Amino acid sequence: MRIRNKAWAWQATTAGAVVAVLLWFSHNLSANLAIRGMQVDFAFLWQRSGFDIPFRLVAWDNSYTYGYALVVSGVNTLFAAALCVVLASLLGLLLALMRLSGNPLAVGFSRTSIEVVRNTPQLTQIVFFYFAVLQVLPPMRQSLQWGSGIFLNVRGLYIPSPSGVLWDWIVAGTCIVVLLVAVLWRRFSWHELPRIVVLPPLLVAGVVIAGFTASWELPALKGFNFVGGIRIPPELLALVLGITIYTSVFIAEIIRAAIQGIHHGQSEAARSLGLSSGQSMFLVILPQALRILIPPLTSQYLNIIKSTTLGAAIAYPEILQIFARTVLNQSGRAVEVMTLVLGVFLAINLITSAIMNAWNRRLALQGR
Amino acid sequence: MRRWTEMLCRGATRLLAGGAAALIVGGIAHAQLAPPPGPTAEAIKKRGMLNCGIDTGVPGFAAQDASGKWKGIDIDYCRALAAAVLGDPEKIKYVPTTAAARFTVLQSGEIDVLIRDSTLTFTRSTVLGLDQVAVNFYAGQGFLVKKSLGVSKAADLQGATICTVTGATLELNIADFARSTGAKIDTLLFDKAEEAIAAMEAGRCDGYTDDSGSLAGMRSTLKVPGDWMVLPDLISKEPLGIHIRSGDARWNKIVFWLDTALKSAEEFGVTQANADQLKTTSKDPFVLRLLGVEGDFGKALGLDNDWALKAIKVSGNYGEMYDRYFGPKALDLPRGLNNLYNKGGMHYTLPLR
Repeated sequence: MRIRNKAWAWQATTAGAVVAVLLWFSHNLSANLAIRGMQVDFAFLWQRSGFDIPFRLVAWDNSYTYGYALVVSGVNTLFAAALCVVLASLLGLLLALMRLSGNPLAVGFSRTSIEVVRNTPQLTQIVFFYFAVLQVLPPMRQSLQWGSGIFLNVRGLYIPSPSGVLWDWIVAGTCIVVLLVAVLWRRFSWHELPRIVVLPPLLVAGVVIAGFTASWELPALKGFNFVGGIRIPPELLALVLGITIYTSVFIAEIIRAAIQGIHHGQSEAARSLGLSSGQSMFLVILPQALRILIPPLTSQYLNIIKSTTLGAAIAYPEILQIFARTVLNQSGRAVEVMTLVLGVFLAINLITSAIMNAWNRRLALQGR
Repeated sequence: MRRWTEMLCRGATRLLAGGAAALIVGGIAHAQLAPPPGPTAEAIKKRGMLNCGIDTGVPGFAAQDASGKWKGIDIDYCRALAAAVLGDPEKIKYVPTTAAARFTVLQSGEIDVLIRDSTLTFTRSTVLGLDQVAVNFYAGQGFLVKKSLGVSKAADLQGATICTVTGATLELNIADFARSTGAKIDTLLFDKAEEAIAAMEAGRCDGYTDDSGSLAGMRSTLKVPGDWMVLPDLISKEPLGIHIRSGDARWNKIVFWLDTALKSAEEFGVTQANADQLKTTSKDPFVLRLLGVEGDFGKALGLDNDWALKAIKVSGNYGEMYDRYFGPKALDLPRGLNNLYNKGGMHYTLPLR
């Protein structure tokens, strides 16, 4: 009883100290702002922004508000982060399997690249990739060209953009059908067929039909730049490359540790049942390794999301650059802007870890 | 009875008036005897060090030379200010600030003054709670483009991509310019000028935009400066100058009159070389007041009377500073608006009297 009281006292003291420090900070903040005749006010979010965002996935022009700039740059951040999560996971898996393959060339390559990449600063790597990409790509008037509508040069990759009214509905419909079929798979009688044989062709067929119904706008060189079509800027390429490569080596080590954490008897049993080494890895070892690797993998995914802010150094218009630089400077609302940026990242990362934790719970061994 | 009250009233009025007068006279006398230099200057003296906020690296304003020494017109201003307040131009802690962080660094009290090619604007004065003390460089936003593009004015940049830095008003000016002229100009924003310039040299953009003074500096750092040109027209007004925190009127006066002293020195022909000599030989009352021979101008600011003399002896008058970094032997930027008012420029100094 006495020990419990003591524990409670400690808890209460700590909580009280934390609250006191927070109160002290907020008091200082309001006092300092008052001295300088400033106040916290979020009304600026509804003001016209007046600036341009060079790369965006949703509608934007300079008559939109500061608040909407947060949405546009937030979508850019999420887009880069999503690409990095998928690519870094795949590359990490590849590096881990190479490291464990026993083939001296593959082991050497994997080991060297892991050591080189994880022991140099990430920002330096991203800036390096950016200028490497810019140096490798040809100048604009000597663009690499495929067909009549795809161009690659130092300004980015230009591809034709679809327009029309029907194609987007076909794509959306196909996605919904594929999802439904995937979820209701077991209800169908032909479930002896593996899903992988049916679903991807279905998706491709839908997209191809949509492609034929759409009319395509081709990019063309006009004046200083290509006009029309979709442009994928080298900034996005360099950022995704930089973050993917950097994070993939950490993911590779996590996967390697997880695979090595599976008892050796498992692979021996798989082999004695007559499974090939590939089958034993993908059907027996990796599914069990997932349980070990999800928690540390979650941290890596959260790091990826946060690392997208390094895009500000190489002109990728993400939240930090658009909101915490341009909007902050133009509106002068440092406290409000930084609070919003932190809040947005906190929300994105809490949602991500909630999803990963749900996945982890689903995979956890039951009844142990 | 009536006379008695009248007398009483009159007496009371006299007494009050006399008391008020005594108070005012006493107040003035007190002010003349021991004028406090204000909390900021007192803190600097106590610390023995001026914390001067500067740019991270723009030739002409603030850039480190091969030996790591800071050079530039903003640096000279910091040194002159340190000499005037502390008597020693070396007692400075330079705090390089990025475009995005500069005002927060000033607001937080980490620096005493921000002399960092920063434009004086309405938002910075009001929303940020800063005092804008003086303009030490009249600039305008211009463009640095490749000569081979065949562009001769800013309006020709229709459809071009321009690299620049975030945290300034540069992209807003371009968007405003594009809106008013109907041109479409894309901007690509970098954290640092070095990266923006490197991307431009790699062909990622058609040009670079910044204040005219910085453009001349940046052009000098390019691999082949001769391939590039600064377009003649400017799309904005950029009065670059000195910011301090609001709330210390005394410090404001010291910084304001230091700027005036440096420009007045040029106006009256007082240079780094002849300042000491003019102290004894000059007959001009303005020069004598400037150099602290006559009057108590330094004391009125809470400084020594030879405050301006010390400042001028450190790096010369305003014209000497300009020539050192932007003159024909340096970045070769014509003085234009940065000349004195009587030579066709904008620097009109308030009289020292």
